[in-house]
Formats: sequence, C-alpha cells, structure tokens
Amino acid sequence: MIVQLTVNGEDRHAEVAGWESLLWVLREDLGLTGTKGACEQGECGSCSVILDGEVVCSCLVMAADADGADVTTVEGLGTPEDLHPVQEAFVAEGAVQCGYCTPGLVVAAAHLLETNRRPEPDQIREALSGNLCRCTGYGAVLRAIEAAREAM
Amino acid sequence: MSVETRRRIRGGVGESVIRPDGVPKVCGAFQYLDDLRAEGMLWAATRRATVARGRIVALDAGPALAMPGVRDVITFADVPGRPHQGQIVPDQPVLCDGEIRHWGEAIAVVAADDPETARLAAEAITVDVEELEPVVDVERALELGDVFRHFPVRRGDPDARGDVVVEGFYEMGTQDQAPLGTEAGLAVPDGHGGVDLWGPSQWTHVDHEQLVACLGLRPEELRVHISGLGGAFGAREDLTLQTHIALLALRTGRPVKQHYDRADSFAAHVKRHAARMWYRHEADRDGRLVKVEARMILDGGAYQMTSQAVIANAATFAVGPYRCPNTFVDAYVVRTNHPPAGAMRGFGTNQACFAAESQMDRLAAELGIDPLELRLRNALEPGDALATTGQVVTEPLPTSEVIRSVAALPLPDDEPGNDPLRLPGGTGLTTPPDRVVRGVGYAVGIKNLAFSEGFDDYAEARVTLTADGAEVHTAAIEVGQGMVTVLIQIARSVLGIENVQVVFDDTAKIGSAGSSSASRQTQMAGGAVLRAAEAARSAALALAGGDDLDDLGVWRDGELVMTLAELAERGPISEWVRFRHPDTEPPDEHGQGHLHVDFSVAAHRAVVDVDPELGLVRVVQIDIAQDVGRVINPVQLRGQIEGGIAQGMGWAIMEELVFRDDGTVANPTFTDYLLPTILDMPPVEAVLVEQPGTWGPFGAKGMAELPTVSVTPAVVAAIRDATGKALRRVPVRPEDIVFGDG
Repeated sequence: MIVQLTVNGEDRHAEVAGWESLLWVLREDLGLTGTKGACEQGECGSCSVILDGEVVCSCLVMAADADGADVTTVEGLGTPEDLHPVQEAFVAEGAVQCGYCTPGLVVAAAHLLETNRRPEPDQIREALSGNLCRCTGYGAVLRAIEAAREAM
Repeated sequence: MSVETRRRIRGGVGESVIRPDGVPKVCGAFQYLDDLRAEGMLWAATRRATVARGRIVALDAGPALAMPGVRDVITFADVPGRPHQGQIVPDQPVLCDGEIRHWGEAIAVVAADDPETARLAAEAITVDVEELEPVVDVERALELGDVFRHFPVRRGDPDARGDVVVEGFYEMGTQDQAPLGTEAGLAVPDGHGGVDLWGPSQWTHVDHEQLVACLGLRPEELRVHISGLGGAFGAREDLTLQTHIALLALRTGRPVKQHYDRADSFAAHVKRHAARMWYRHEADRDGRLVKVEARMILDGGAYQMTSQAVIANAATFAVGPYRCPNTFVDAYVVRTNHPPAGAMRGFGTNQACFAAESQMDRLAAELGIDPLELRLRNALEPGDALATTGQVVTEPLPTSEVIRSVAALPLPDDEPGNDPLRLPGGTGLTTPPDRVVRGVGYAVGIKNLAFSEGFDDYAEARVTLTADGAEVHTAAIEVGQGMVTVLIQIARSVLGIENVQVVFDDTAKIGSAGSSSASRQTQMAGGAVLRAAEAARSAALALAGGDDLDDLGVWRDGELVMTLAELAERGPISEWVRFRHPDTEPPDEHGQGHLHVDFSVAAHRAVVDVDPELGLVRVVQIDIAQDVGRVINPVQLRGQIEGGIAQGMGWAIMEELVFRDDGTVANPTFTDYLLPTILDMPPVEAVLVEQPGTWGPFGAKGMAELPTVSVTPAVVAAIRDATGKALRRVPVRPEDIVFGDG
C-alpha cells in the first residue's frame, strides 16, 4: 500500500509492504537514516521519533498505521549549520560517544523541553528512562539537557 | 611578512576539545555500518543453531534457493580457504562444520534481494539436528581436560603461613557488551576477484589477516575499511559477519549487506567470561599479606577467540594492586558449549578484582582493621614487585593516593525520603522509607595497559602537512571512545598547527595501529601520532630554515618564511612512524617475568540503599579516583569514567546473559537482558590523579577500562555493608539479598 506522511514538514509517500515498520520506512524508503534501530522491541529508544506530537518508538509503529501522520525525526530538529539547542548542548557537554543512541535521546530531550520548559533533573531522568545509552553512563546527557534548558 | 602574527595553539592537549564527529552524530548524519548501501546490493540473513550441542544430520538449502529473490546460500563446505577463524587460535569454523558447539552458532547464510526474503529463506533451510549432551559446567570441562590455557603462578614459599586465613568462593555470570549498534557490514566485489569490506572491527588489520586466509584471497585482493561503529567494548575484537558477507559478495558478484538484529548480535559476538574462583588469603596480625592462593576457572565457551590473553590477565592480577611475597595461582579457561567468550572492557582483570577485593574486605573484618587501612598497608607502589609475576613496577603507580583520594570525597548526606525515584524499587512503590538500609563499599583495581606477554605491539601513523593544515592518517579505530579527538589534540600540540584532520585509512593504505582495546590507543596510536608529528615539524623547519610552525607556515625569528601552501608544493612533508612500546616478555613456566609494559590503578566507592526484605537495590552514588598519567581531554575522560562505571555497576546488580541447563541462552533481548537506564545511574564524582608516565604522549596513560573494573566489587561491597550478606555471586539478585547466607 501507499503510505502518506508529513516528515519534518515535507509531504512524503512510500510504497510499503505489510511487515514494514515506521522505522523501516524512514530509513530504507525515505533515506532518513538518522533514526536508529537497536532492539526491535521498544526497549532502547534509539528509534524515537515524534509522531503527531508524541514520542514513540518507530520500530513498534507499523508503517500502515502511520498513514497520514506527522513525523519529526532527528534530521528535522536541526542541521549542522543550525543546530537545535539540545543538539548543540549534546556536542558541547560530551553527551555523544559512539552516538548510536544519540538521535533517539536528542528527539526525546527536544520533545521534553517543548512540553516542559523548566524540567527538574528528576523530570529529565524520568523522561529519558526509555532511552538506553551504553557509552556515556548518562551523566553528560543529563548535563547537556540542563544546559539546553538554560539556553532555550 | 612580519605583519602576520602567530596565534597561540588552541585545542591542544589538556583542553575539552569538541569531538569532530559530534555534530554529524547529533544531526543523524553520521554514517554507521548499517547506513551503508551500494547499488544493486543483496541482503544477507543467518540461520543459527537453536541447541547448544548437536550433530547436523541433514542440511538442505534447496527450499531457500527455490524462493524468488534468493541469490545464494553458503554453508561450511563453501568456505574456500582456511575453514576456521579466531584472533589468537583460529578454531572457530567460519560456519558450523557439522557439529553444533553453541546456541546461536551460524549454520548457513542467505543472500537475497531484500532483507525480508533473506530472513524467510534462512528459516526455510532444512536443518536436521541430532542433539548431543552439552558441556555447560566449567568444572566438568576441566575434568574433561578441555582447557584453552592454564596459567600457573608459583612465586615464593608454598609453605608460608600467616596469622589469619580467609577463604572464599566467588562466581560471576556472563556479561554482554550490548553495544547499541548491532553488527552490520557491507562487502563490495571489486570486479577483479577481490572485495572491499566494511565491517564491525576494533582492528581492521587483524580482520584482514584472518579474512584473506578464510576467503583464500591474496592480501592485496581485500581491503578492510573503517566505518562508523555503534560501540564496541570488546564485542568487535573477533569476526562475526565479515567472512560471510565477503564470501557471498565474491560468489554473487554483487554487493552484500547484513545488519544483525539484537538476537543475532547476542548470538554472534564474544561475551565477557563467566567465572568461578576459590581464594585463600593469609596475613600477619598487622594485615600484611603473607600468601595468596587462588584457583580460577573462566568459561571460554565453544571457541578460543582471545581467551588465552584474558586468562593471563585474570591470573596476573589475581591479587590486585597489593604486595604479597608468596603467590600461587592456577587459572584455567576452558571450553564449554556456551557461546564463545572473549574481550570485554577490563579483559580478565574484572573477575580477579571482584574475588580479590571481596577477600580483602573479609580479611579486614577478620583482623578488625578498617578495609581501606588494610589496603593501604599492602598497596603496590613503584619499586614493588607485582605479587604474581614478580615484575617490578617502574612507572608511576599511585595506589595509595587513589585510595586516599576517593575516601576523602564527601559522602552523600541525603535521605531517600518519600520520593519514589529515590527508593529501591522506584515508582513501583514497593519500599517504605523506614525499611531502607544504606551501605558503603570500596574496591581498588589494577589493569595492564596495551598488549602483554612479549606480543609485538605497535601502531603506525602518518602525519602529512597540507596546504592549509595537517592530516593524521591511521587505521586506529574510533569506536566512540573519543580517540579521534585525542589524536587531533596530540598532533596540534606537537605541530603547532590547529587545522588537523584525522583520516581513517583502509588496510591497503597504512599498516596496523593495533586494536582499539586494552586501554591502548591513547598511548599507542597517540604515541605514533606524536612521533610522526614531531618528525613532520622537524622536516618543515629544516626545509624552510625556520624555528617555529603554525597554521600559516614556518617562522624564523618572528617572521613567516614559508607558507603551508609553499611547503606543500616544495615537500610534500609526510612522515610515517611505526611506534612500539617498551618490551615485554612471555611468562616462564611459573608465570614469572616482565609480562606487562605498564599499569594503572583506580579506587571506587559505592553508596547504595537496599530494601533487605525485597532484595532491591538503588545505587545512590559512585565515586572514583583514578591514575590517568596526564589528562588529554577532561570532558571525554569524564565520559569514559561515567560510562565505564555504568557497565561495571550493571554487572554488579542487573546484567547477566542467562544460560538454561541445556546451554541455550534464555534472554537474548533488551527486554530480558537488563541494561542500566538513566534512572539506575547515580551521580559520579571523580578525582583524576596525574602522575605522568614515561612513554605515553605527554605522560598520558590509557584509562578507559579501569572505571569498569573495580566498580563491580565496590557496589557488591556496599550491598554487603548494608545487609550483612556474603554475596559471593555477581550479578547480585534480589533472592541473594533476601535468602542468601550472612
């Protein structure tokens, strides 16, 4: 079937097979490889995108079910020339190591600061508890989001 | 020309320089292995064993090959060259050789037009298996004599006796590196019988060596390239999918890509060794160690991989960073029908550290001496001999200082209160605050730096001056640790040039940099870059007759005498270096000798809150003091410390790859293999002890493994302190706290 999506503000469509997830459509059909898949079970948050205003694991959303949806991926938050404050803070605070979890963390953090401009550290931790990172131990991630909060 | 002013170098050694791949990574633009693609590429999928041991009585790829879109299927019989792989002893069949030796062993690999067809075709292959009784117990494996390596240590007087004796048995479960990026790769045939390969690697040259042997290629017919890795931690030390996709690409003439799912990843890469360890410590009444005896058996799994080197570390650090005149160790790594074990951050020292540090606490309790005081009385310092190998410590080793430094940090004074985020059990609201017991535990770790036992350990680098800066060429692999930034900072500080780019060369363009493991690249790749940069700077000054160099060019007496562009035209200046660290030697038959080139130490303190009734633990704070030689990049160093602590803490309280009695893996998913989340991770305070070493760049020491090593025993010690339980096994499970022995 043909799936229509608004991705990062652009109208996109893709011919999808029944087994395809939103993650697959984004990465393989639309070439938006910034969104990562690491567990296929909604446990790690690497594939987080904003779907109609909510953070979801795109590996758990069937492509067919996303027809007509508005999707924001990491590529839609900022560009190398014009970084989102969360992206800028992640780089500055050393919250990026291997970086594989980073797109998901950045999307979740940007969504948090969009919906709660002054999150306390515990609210930040709660909001990111669905995003696994194996490199950083989360310390720099927390510092980055606090820095982004102050910058925004 | 004197109107030009030389700028002071920025972004050199000692600054928190921003990593060059940071911006692409936060934008989703960084290219990882699974992002690679090529025109007309096929997708590969692997059929794996579902039993731990068995004989394949019939294998028919026909049903797969009959499916539309399936282009090829390979099995063991199709391997054109050496049928086995493995970094130290190649004993792992490239694909199952007819006898299944572990759960998840690769039996056949399919190449098809799309990944879903490949997956279905892999399932469609008929594999009839006669199950055999697996060996799942390390003591049984030892009885059978199936030993990869026995490392004995015989030092001093076996009849020496102390005034007090403590004995203990300790056990550790299997840990998985669980890098967020699973294995992925792309193989592209070159049209002339050769192939270009991008695969998950910590050392492309050793992969190249194995792959040409297995594929039956001449060395120049294979180029192994470096691409973005989603973490490593040892998991990429040995080959996984590389041989398979390269072979499929050669056979089909098409590019072949594979991207493992999480279950494949758990099945395919090496694990951290599970261990059983028996210890006896004897000390005099003042707490000075008189004799340490240890017997340890590590579970090597089905194939050797890097087990031989892992067991040498376990044996030689069996006592920890302490003096002891009489030491007797029998360390074995044995073959079982579990998935192969190999490299993971700490590489054999973690297991020894858990047992030895647990023993030190028991000894302190027996003697009535403060556990830190006991450690200080025995602390290994420069000029002392390592308790096991007898080699004298010649480099700085601030063991006492790291212990004193971590102990001097303030303890948290907060009470958990009623906030569920601060209670064991969290928002499950299982634990009333008045049931919470706090505990504090310490542990000290020691780790060798770079390769040991006489291995010819070297790293190559080339530094080339360009028209507007400098390029560092290396095959050293950035796995996420931040090596790329460290190399840039070293090159800048030496050259005086800020515009430095790192170029990651394939195996045809430059020689080996050795592995990104063993805490070695800051000293090894960094050592090579340092020397190549020194040579390039000298050559530039000599060519232009100058006395200084920067981004503008060569200066003499404050005047610019030749621009970089002119230099590049006249030169080009390009200096290659192969750097070796000071010599080591293999052990004699008693495990004695100068096995290791260098050491580092760290001390951890863990603070935990425990609900003893439900066996729930919340880690409140973890502090560390670490011997780092010289800080190159403070932000990155802190990131290595915090990340390393998370992994070692994970092993202490939640991470275990669980084997069923039949040897199969019960939890190969992120739903069931528990990793620390941001809610599990406590704040970390770190003290960096800088005593520059003699051979690392600017005195730096490798530092990325130790934060993982001694945190595991520190967390368990804290839980013991809170509960009074013996807790001899890691990870500590709720039932161990509730029902375990005191």
